[in-house]
This record gives sequence, C-alpha cells and structure tokens, in this order.
Amino acid sequence: MQKKYSWYSLLKAGLSGQDWDQAIPLVEPKSKYDVIIVGGGGHGLATAYYLAKECGITNIAVLEKGYIGGGNTARNTTIIRSNYLRDEASSLYEHAMKLWEGISEDLNFNVMFSQRGVYNLGHTLQDMRDIERRVNANVLNGIDAQVVTAKEIKEQIPIINTSQNARYPIMGSSYQPRGGVARHDGVAWGFARAAAMLGVDIIQDCEVVGIEVEEGRVKGVKTTRGDIMADRIGCVSAGHSSVLAKMAGLRLPIESHPLQAFVSEAMKPVLHTVVMSNAVHGYISQSDKGDLVIGAGIDGYSSYAQRGASRVIEHSAAAILEMFPIFSRVRMNRQWGGIVDVCPDACPIISPTKVQGLYFNCGWGTGGFKATPGSGHVFAHTIAQDKQHPLAVPFHLDRFTTGALIDEHGAAGVAH
Amino acid sequence: MFLIHCPYCNEEREQEEFSPAGEAFIARPVEPEGISDEAWADYVFYRTNHKGYHWEQWVHSNGCRKYFMVERSTITHEILKVAAFGADISE
Amino acid sequence: MRVEQLTSNQIDRSKPLTFIFNNKKYKGFEGDTLASALIANDALLFARSFKYGRKRGLIAAGVEEPNALVSLEMGGRYTPNLKATEIPLYDGLSAKSATNPNSFDLRAFIKPLHRFMPAGFYYKTFIKQAVWAKVEDSLRALSGFSEAPTEEDVDVYDHVHHHAEILIIGGGVAGMSAALEVLKSSDNERVILVDERSRLGGEIFNEFSSDEQSLKWFEEAVADLCGFAKEQRDRFMMLTRATAFAWHDQNYVEVLETHATGESLSSDGSQVRKTLHKIRAKEVILATGAHERPMLFEANDLTNIMLSQSVRRYLNEFGVVSGKKVVVYGNNDSIYQTAKDLHSSRIACTVIDVRSAEPLNTHAEKLKQSGVKVLQGYAIVKAYGSDKVEGIDIALATHQGTSWEIIGDSESLSCDLLVTSGGFNPVVHLDCHTGAKATFDETSQAFLPEKERANRQTCGAVSGVGAWQDTIIDGKNKAQLTLQSLGVVSETNGADLSENHANYFNVSEFFTPKSIINRPKVFLDLQNDVTTLDVALSIREGYRSIEHIKRYTAMGFGTDQGKTGNINGIAVAATILGKTMAEVGTTTFRPAYTGVDFGALAGRENGGLFDPQRFTTIHDSHVAKGAEFEIVGQWYRPWYYPKAGEDMHQAVHRECLAARTSLGMMDASTLGKIDVQGPDAREFLSRVYTNAWMKLAPGSCRYGLMCNEKGMIIDDGVSTCIRENHFIMTTTTGGAASVYSTLEMWLQTEWSHLDVHLNSVTDHYSTVAVVGPNARNLMKLLCQDVDFDRENFKFMQWREGAVCGVKARIMRISFSGELAYEINVEANYGRYIWDQVATVGEKYSITPYGTESMHVLRAEKGYIIVGQDTDGSMTPADVNMNWIVANNKPFSFIGQRSLSIAALSAENRFQLIGLLTKDAALVLPEGAHIVDRGGKSIGYVTSSYFSPILGRSIAMAQMQGGLSKIGETTIVKIVQEKQGLKEIPCEVSSSVFYDINGERVNGND
Repeated sequence: MQKKYSWYSLLKAGLSGQDWDQAIPLVEPKSKYDVIIVGGGGHGLATAYYLAKECGITNIAVLEKGYIGGGNTARNTTIIRSNYLRDEASSLYEHAMKLWEGISEDLNFNVMFSQRGVYNLGHTLQDMRDIERRVNANVLNGIDAQVVTAKEIKEQIPIINTSQNARYPIMGSSYQPRGGVARHDGVAWGFARAAAMLGVDIIQDCEVVGIEVEEGRVKGVKTTRGDIMADRIGCVSAGHSSVLAKMAGLRLPIESHPLQAFVSEAMKPVLHTVVMSNAVHGYISQSDKGDLVIGAGIDGYSSYAQRGASRVIEHSAAAILEMFPIFSRVRMNRQWGGIVDVCPDACPIISPTKVQGLYFNCGWGTGGFKATPGSGHVFAHTIAQDKQHPLAVPFHLDRFTTGALIDEHGAAGVAH
Repeated sequence: MFLIHCPYCNEEREQEEFSPAGEAFIARPVEPEGISDEAWADYVFYRTNHKGYHWEQWVHSNGCRKYFMVERSTITHEILKVAAFGADISE
Repeated sequence: MRVEQLTSNQIDRSKPLTFIFNNKKYKGFEGDTLASALIANDALLFARSFKYGRKRGLIAAGVEEPNALVSLEMGGRYTPNLKATEIPLYDGLSAKSATNPNSFDLRAFIKPLHRFMPAGFYYKTFIKQAVWAKVEDSLRALSGFSEAPTEEDVDVYDHVHHHAEILIIGGGVAGMSAALEVLKSSDNERVILVDERSRLGGEIFNEFSSDEQSLKWFEEAVADLCGFAKEQRDRFMMLTRATAFAWHDQNYVEVLETHATGESLSSDGSQVRKTLHKIRAKEVILATGAHERPMLFEANDLTNIMLSQSVRRYLNEFGVVSGKKVVVYGNNDSIYQTAKDLHSSRIACTVIDVRSAEPLNTHAEKLKQSGVKVLQGYAIVKAYGSDKVEGIDIALATHQGTSWEIIGDSESLSCDLLVTSGGFNPVVHLDCHTGAKATFDETSQAFLPEKERANRQTCGAVSGVGAWQDTIIDGKNKAQLTLQSLGVVSETNGADLSENHANYFNVSEFFTPKSIINRPKVFLDLQNDVTTLDVALSIREGYRSIEHIKRYTAMGFGTDQGKTGNINGIAVAATILGKTMAEVGTTTFRPAYTGVDFGALAGRENGGLFDPQRFTTIHDSHVAKGAEFEIVGQWYRPWYYPKAGEDMHQAVHRECLAARTSLGMMDASTLGKIDVQGPDAREFLSRVYTNAWMKLAPGSCRYGLMCNEKGMIIDDGVSTCIRENHFIMTTTTGGAASVYSTLEMWLQTEWSHLDVHLNSVTDHYSTVAVVGPNARNLMKLLCQDVDFDRENFKFMQWREGAVCGVKARIMRISFSGELAYEINVEANYGRYIWDQVATVGEKYSITPYGTESMHVLRAEKGYIIVGQDTDGSMTPADVNMNWIVANNKPFSFIGQRSLSIAALSAENRFQLIGLLTKDAALVLPEGAHIVDRGGKSIGYVTSSYFSPILGRSIAMAQMQGGLSKIGETTIVKIVQEKQGLKEIPCEVSSSVFYDINGERVNGND
C-alpha cells in the first residue's frame, strides 16, 4: 500500500500496480469521542486535522450528514485573499493565507493552491477611496496589497474592458499578488486524508439530529447512526448552523441565504488571474481545466434549498460582460447554489457558547473558503483549550451584545 | 423564482417584483431603554433562521410598495399563506 | 459517405452548400448539420481527447455528443465549443476543431505514461508549492477546448416573458401527441410547445423508419399543429431550435431559442442571435425523450464507434453513414432496427447481441432471415485500430445470477464502423432542477422521473415508454390529466398502453462484467477521458459516494455533462461497490441542460442598460458647459467644469474661489426627496431622526441625522416644514432608495397606527443651489415676490415665490457655509431656471461647480458626507455630532438604545477629526492611514483636499480617540507612493477649518 504521495510513490504504484491507501477510510462511529466535529466541510475537516496535529487530541469524529466537502466547499468559486479592511479580519485571513502557502506540503496532498493574484475592482470615486483605505491598512499589517490604475489593469488583463462605454467604468482596483484560487474538493479531501492518517474518524452519511445538554454542559449528539458521546462538540456546519444551535436551545445572529455560481464550458487559458467586482456583483477566474468560474450575488431571502433566482445569474452574466465583453458567445455549462450563513457584520463567529463544551464556527457568509485552514486552526485551539485562540477573540458571539462589532462591510452605501 | 400572491394587489406576481424583508414577528421592544443589552441584541441581531415553514416579511417593491407577511418553506420555497399586517393569520 | 437512394430524410439535395472545416473546403446540402455533412465527406476525425490526446470522432447526432467540439466563424461571430451535431449547415460556414486531431499534440506523448497518471494524479504530485507554481501554467496550456473569443459579439440577445396554461417540452411523438390533445380538448388555454431540434418529430424517422403508419401519423400531426399555430395564434406557440435548459420553482422554465440566421457570417450588422424565453406555466408536460448510452469494452473510444440510434438518425434523416462494413452491438432491440435500416441501404452489417438467443427474439430472427449475420450471447471485449476502429475481439457472454461474465477465448472480426447501444437514459435533467430525484426503474433499466409531481406530467421515452403507438397514447393520456388538473375537463378517458411498453427495447441489465471494467481504456466519459479503472481507483481510495467519484475522476464535468456516459459510470460504480443502481444514485442535475451563451443570459442588459442611468433635467446644460461627470448611485452628476486647458485641480480651485468670493451655482437635483404628510408626520420624523422635530415651525428647515438600530449613521439631510402636517425630507443621493424603503417599513410594519403618508418625489423637483456672498443680490434679481432681507428670510427658512416666473420653493440652506439659496421648481423647469440663473448671474461672474468643489467647500466647514466620512460603523458621537442627539424624546428614536451600549461610547473609538499637514502644500491621499509610534494604524483619512480659500491642504480623518488628541502632532503614513513609504507629520485639529464661527452664512450685507 502506498501511503505518502510523491513522485517516487507514483512511479512505484505505476510499475507495481500497487494500490494506494484509502484517503478516506470507511469507519463505523464509536460510542464516545473526546471531540466531535459536526460538519465535514473544509472548515470542519481542517479543525479536526489541527486538533489532531497540534493539540494532542486524536480521538475525534467528524460527522457529515452527506459526503465530505459536499456543501459549500463543493459549490465554491474558491477565491482566496487576505486583503480585508479591518485588522481583526485581515489578521485572521492572513493567518489562513500563510497556512495556504504551505498547505499542500503540510497535508502531503496538492490542493492546487494557485497564487494567480486577485483584483478587486473599483468603479466609483468612493470605491477608489475604500480601496486606498483597505490597501493602506493591509500594507501596514504586512499584507501584500497594491492600488492599481485602470491602465495598469488593462496591461495585466488585456481582455478586460476599461473603456468608458461600460455602465460603471473601471477606475482602478486593489491587487493582492498572493491571492488566488485552490481546488475546492482537494481542500476537503486533503484535510480529510491528513486527519484520518492522524487517527480521526470521518463518518459520512451520519446526520446529527439532536444535541444532548445536561446542566449547561454538552454530553453528546444523537445521529442517524446512533448516539455518540463527547464532552466537547464543535459545530462547523455553515448554512445549517442555526438548525444545530436550535438543538442545543440556542439562537444565532445568522441568516441562511442562497449564493449562486456558474461555470462556462472549458476554453484555452485566457484569464490568468482573479477579478472581483462588488459593485456590479461579478467574480470571475478561469480554472486549470479551462472553464470560467463565476460567482454571483446573494439572494435576499432565506433558504436552505441550494438554489436561487435565475435573475441573479442573469445579472452576474451581465456584470461579467460589462467587464469582459468578449465572453458573450461563451456558454454557461452549469449553475448551482450553496447556502451561506450570513452574519450582520459580515464577519464569522468562532466562539464558545452558553452551553459548556459547545462551540460554533459559522457566519462566514461568502468569505468562508478562503479562510479554511485559518478557521480550522484557530477553532481547533479554541476547542482544545476551551479558550479562544487570540486571533479568534474578536469573533466571539458576545460582540453582538457588547457592541464590539467588526463591521467588515465598510461603507454602508455610496452617498452625497 | 417563485410566485408571490400580494394580498394588497390581490395578484400572484413574480418574485422579482418583491424584495425580502427578513423574519416576521420581530417586534421592536416597546421600551428599548428599559431592557438589557442582551434583550436588545436579541431584537437587533438574533434570528431563528428556521429550516422549514416560517413567516417572513416581503415588500412589493416594484408594485404597490406594501409590506406583508408570507409563510414560506425555506426548504422547498413553497408558500402556504400570505397576510397583510394586522390580518388574522391563525386558522 | 452519402447514401443516394434514401428518401426519408431532411436534406434538400437541390440546395448544395459549401463550407470549410479545419481549413479544408467541403460540400453539403441544405438541411445537413455540420456533423452529417462531414460524415458525407468522410471527414471523421474531430478531436484529441482532453487528458490522453487520443483521436476522437462523432459518437452521437444530438446535443449529447461529447467529442465533436468545434469553433465557428471568426471575429465578432467567433463561437467556441459548439457541438458539430447542433450546427445547421449554411453556405460559407467555417469551423475548426476545438482540438485539432491532425496537429502535433504534446498529450500524445504522455500516452505511455498513463499508468503513472491515474485519476487524482495531480493531487499526488507537485506537492511543493513552489514547484506547483512553476508547472501550473504549462498544465493549463494543455487544457480547455476552443480558444476564447477575442472580439466583442456583434449580435444581440432578447428576453421574452410568456405566461401559459400548458408548456410542453419536447416535440417528438409524445410532445406532439400531447399538444394536439390539449389543443383539441380545450378552447382558451394557452399552450406552448418547444423542441431543441429544427423540426418536430424527434426520433420518429429513425425509430420506426420503415413503419409507414408512423410517418402518416406524423405528417397529419404536423399539419394539425401548424393549423393550430396559424389559426389560434393567440393561444398556441410552437418553437423549434428552442431548448428548455432550466426549470425553476413553480413551473418557471427558461427556453433558449436559436434564430437560424444568427450564426451566419453572410448577414451584416447586429442581429438577434438568440432569444431567452421565460415561461411561467400552470402545467408542464415533459416529453424530453431519452439519450442512448454506449456499451463498454476496451478502446471503446476509437473513432467511428457510434451510438446506434444516432447512426440511424444520420442514415434516415441525412442519408449519410460513416462505414461500409458495420458491426452493430448492444443489449437491446434498438440494434436490430439499426441493422435493418443499414441492411436495406445495402450496407454490410453484423449484429452482436450480448443477450442470449433464449428466449427467442423475433427481431433477430427476422433479420437473420433477410441474410444478416446475428451473433447472440456474444460481447465485444476490445476494439482495435490506429485512428479509426478496424476490428473487434468478441467472446461469449453469460448472465449468471446478478452479474455478467465473459467466457472462453475471443475471436476477431473486422469492421470500419462499430455501432453500439447499451440502453436509454431518459432526459430527466429538467425535472430534477428543482430538487426532484430520479429513481431507478429495474424494468426499463433507467432512471425515471418521479412518478407524481404537482402540475407536471411526463410522457414518452422520458418516462420509459418506447413504441410510437404507446407514446401517442401516453401523450394523450397525460394531456387529459393536465387538462383535468386545470379544471378544463372533469373526467379523463385514457387508453391503455401495450403490455411491454415499459421495456419496449427489452434492455438487459448493464453489461459491466468485472473482466471488462478491469481492462484499460474502457472509457466512460469521452470528453474528460474517464475510464472504468479511474472509477475503480477512486472507490479504492475511499471516494465512494457517486458525487466523490464524479469529482475525483471528473466524470460528467464536460460540456456534454455526461449525457451518454454518466449512467454507465454509475453502473460501474454499483458493480464495484456491490450496490444496486438505486443505492448508488445519480449526481445532482443542475441547469443548464445545454450551454447558454452569457450574452443570452444578460439579454439587453449591457452598457447603458446594465443599470438605469439617471440624469437631471439640467444635464444637457452641464454637457454644453463641458462638465466631467461622476457616477453617484445611478446618477450622473457634474464632477467639475474644466475650461479649456484646465485640469481638475485648476477647475476646482477656480470654482471654489468663485463660491467663496462672489457666486457659484450647483445642480442639487439628485438629492433624494421624500414627501412626508399626515397628522403624525412630526412624531414620525422624531422617531427616525436623532434630533427633535416637534417644534419646527412651517417655513423652517432643519438638518437631521438618521441612524439604524445599531446606532450607526446611515443618512443625513435637511427636512423642510411646508405646513403643520407636511414635510419634505431630503436624503443623500445614493441613500435615497434605501432610506425611503426603510421609512416605509417602519410605518407599515411597526407604526401602522401613525397617520403618515410617504411619497418619493426625488424626480418631481429640480434644485438649483445659488451659493456665495452675492447670492442674495442675485435672488433679488430673479425673484420679486419674496422678501430676501436677512432678518425676514433667515438661514434655515424657506419661502415660496416665483423665480423667473416659475413657482418655486426657495430654501435658505447651505452645504458650503456661504450665504446660499436652493431654488426648487417643478422638475421640467429645471433647465430653464438653471440657464436663467446662469445668465442673470453673469453680473456676479456666477460659476457652476460640481461635486468635487462641493466636497471641498463642505470639508472646509467640516460637514460630513455620509458614506465617505462615515462607513456604517460611526455613531453621531464619533463624528462629534452629539449636539444633534436628543436623548430625552418620549419615543426612543431608531438606534438610541444601541448608543447606550458601553462599547459605543468608549473613548478609543474612531472619531472624526481634522488633519493639518505641517507642509501646507501637501495634500494627503484619501485612504492613507494615521499610525502610532509603533507604526500601527490608528485611523485613516476620509476626505482630503487643497483648500483654495485657506491656501493650504485640509483633511478629515477617523482616528482612535481622536477628539481628545486635538492639537497634538501625529503621523500619516503614505504607503502607496511609488517612491516608497513616506511619513507625513500632521496636526490633529478640529474638523472645522474655515469660518469657524459660522458668520459667512449671512452674507456680506
């Protein structure tokens, strides 16, 4: 059996026909664990991995109601960047970025993290002020960030439309060279395989249907595959966080919304970087396979249905054509939706709760994928020590009561 | 892309004529100054975010501009009932 | 080659066409597709495969084709990745293979390395980040199909909405039958019939080509439908080349119609290339048919291995066939039909049926009698050939218990065309878009749509029905049920289908013996080069869910979305996992069923129509003056008015000084205006603004600040008391719509007992601001019926009068600190008043100024701009405006409670202050940060300008604990200067820089 991935092992396997170890072994749930992670997406698997790797806890179960990486991880446009406005947020995302930069080696699994740079376009004077502010904040925090002019964007991305005939002409952008994309499925599988190798049980088709709480302490979970005990439970279930919270008698400051995306048919490479525009709601990159991967805006109503209004897709296509008119005759191959857990201040919750031993990692909204390793890392430490990791402190649930919101939204709206 | 029956226009219209306006029955505390920070935070930020049928607010933003309530499934998007504010929604 | 003697086809031999494929000239006929025309010309190589660079040709005749991807035309009509099977031939057509099979391809050299490149290869290699970064781009260059377009699309796309009682998707026998039935049995119901092909009939010419009865039915049905379409135009619409690609909640179906001429270069200028029909139907009848799936064996991807039904379609519809010595192979009776058609066209063929000779197969017997060689109970183990298929190895096959086995040695047969059929995959895609699950039906060996679904019926092959007679009955029956659901008929009188309708072709169980699936090069997904071994490996590595298998191997990710291969993949997975087809299940079906052009999705929403453009009625005057514009919200506002040779800085300098020293004018029409009326209007304003409104007298104006419940500033503006119960509120330009909605929400949901009525009147008025020490003098010239005396018409008051003969509300308010009047007139008079003010004001050298000068003038006075100096996280106290917060109002205003939370009054909050650079000439960049001694950010510059009147730079900034630091020196770090970091010492000051005591607002006299 081949365990470690390398050129040598590939050669050996190719010559000998020897098999690979199971990346995701099939295991039966035990009756008790030290820690249960509810949710086998990227964040949950990363949490389990770092718990096992860095916190000395290996008696862990990751419970996934479907297949691992099958929720928002599987539905992602995979943009990775850390150029956030607020220090609290950028510190967390930069922590993730640094982990991304070594993640494939760390996991011994190529998650195809590709630092092809990320442009955040500005279309108005206020957009440009906000970009200047954010870029300056990033640079002061040691994060690579630049302000680039429309002319420079055009030099780097010759196919982009910087002319004045767009409804909202491009005025400039921020640019983070270290930003990029990764192979979404690979991220989930890489963490799963690495966690499993450290002894973590990854249990699929196992839905949590109840959380047992006694005298303010968590005791375990009821699942479709029986009761499982643990006195520490981390919930990392994105759009379904409120459902889990309810099982423990809690409410969260979260709403679940559809977030849609679509891909084109694969073409030869034409877009080498990632381009985002919040103003017109279009987010685009080209995958290694050649398809254009496009993120749309959030649907405004709450939903657990993993589908949204076609109007949102149409608007995103229009936004993409405003930026890239040459894509008009390129065809959408497939569209889909995820369920994003949206927090009022557009920042996550990485926090203990009123129930002792019950922790939540949620509220990532549209920003979850890029934080995957960082989120798992700080959450693992938070669970292991029953004390928030320093980078997670600002993301306590209490902030909605104490008023210490982080407000990554920035400007509430353009005005004058 | 569902249809919503506007109780004011008394017509079933495309969802894109309407705008969602959050969960229903989140009443503003009568005496905000008299309640705790926790209770205030619960009103401002916390939501049930129910999976299944729940009551929510919509506004016929590209129509009559009226706010009203909708009982809709967040799983199937199926709408059971709509009601004007103040209407009796028990049954 | 073209078979000459055939009659039943859709090509018109009297209309020859010329076209170019891969730089070579060919001939075809009107009615051909690019694919059929190329078969006619024996041009069979289309592509190199994605991963291994293997040469590939056509396997199908419809949208399920995975291999034959081409790009069409050049320039503004260049279209990538079309399937040759979906392109109707036209004269002068020019197409290119997406991946040229004849050119040198690096991938061909990778062939010997396949054993070292299993599925998931890239997850296991290039693990070092630095190495991956180096190789990734070279790998990218190998992937993708067609080149991307390089020019803008010359054509346009339309969106059309339809409402119908009944939508029928699919114009084959089932759909036609259903359409006729609903049309005949109803009078008023609106009916739409759509089909993706260019003519109705579906497979009728192929499936039952020798059955004259079926063709007769077809002719009559077409005539009837055309009759309805002509005579009952208002209720029946029939669309061909129109693909239903997405089905959303409540029968909202999107259909993309391709207009025949759209792809042609011969037309000049912009045309509507496609129309996106958005159909909302009360009832949907799904008659989408089925796709054939191939058989599995080694090297099943060789060129000229095609699907049985497709070969029949090429033969019967287009009169073309790509071989002279054909082997037909499969597990169902569809192969006998193909063999029969080939045989009657005098093409030599041999049939290999994997099913045994028992029980007796009448189709086989008939064929044998006509002299065709039929081998029953044999399987193809392997195909061989260099580029094209040249022969096959066959062996005995038996079905024992639940699995297939191959026994005995193999023998070889030669052939130049191999035709296979492994059964049929009903086109359930659309039905599953809104979450319905397809369920596996053992009888028909297919995933069928859910049996019962509200407001939807299925008929024909999509629900597993095969024979044309049954299909007609099924269509009728489902039409009846549909009409019943609509209440048009009360009873249905359905006829029974024939006994074996559920498995008309007698499809056997999936032929997936281990001895086949363990072979190399048994391809499942031809476009992505996914083999059975990849699926097996995926499962062995623990990727066991069908979704994981799909993602690990990339099966079904192509532009064909696995229409032919996926179900075989599921069967292979089921065999390996020892599960049933139902247990393995399908992957999720998502829109789009077939590709949809981005342009078609966007429709006309581009450029000026991407988002509404709003212009004031004065706009043309600004254009005439040479104004540059700034986009604010949806509005185009004059930014500055450069004179010849002036840059922005010079223009703004001149404009600002004019307003400060004599007279300026500004178009303020874009500010949001909300008419607030009713006995409780004051109470309402008191609730939504932070300050007091109960005592504001008619004739007066007041500035108000608005917060959200979080206590954060969201908007500001002046509201004017027109009468006791009547106010006009102004909002920021960008915030108008959201403020209006928010106010409506409070009134309707929480405070319905308040008697207040709101109306958005932004567009009802034009506003011209007259600003500067000479404002009063000018107003006296413009308006005679108002007393402009400073004591009789005070600051923050308004008067009604006639300005240049136009009834106007004149507000004495100021956003510059200067004496100023805002003239509000009915919107249509805006330009007239503007031009009058400009003309009369020449006496005082009146100077129009734009938003940039407005910003400078207000910053000199320390007035905030919501959204620039605030960012959604600033309280009134943060911007030093506690003076406007009335905490003692009886009703706790919106946001008041939050302001009492400790963190919102902490001393180290970001607070609005002024910054004066030590070097007075240096203007700080907006967005630059203030840093502490350790270099950490403690604030940032929100607004920064050179003040012409002060002759120095001024800036406003948010700074932690800034209000307590006034007078101190701090450092602003400019990190964006190209020369590197630069530290700029500044004095923290009040944010009011000019006219600190507010004396100028009364003017000079």
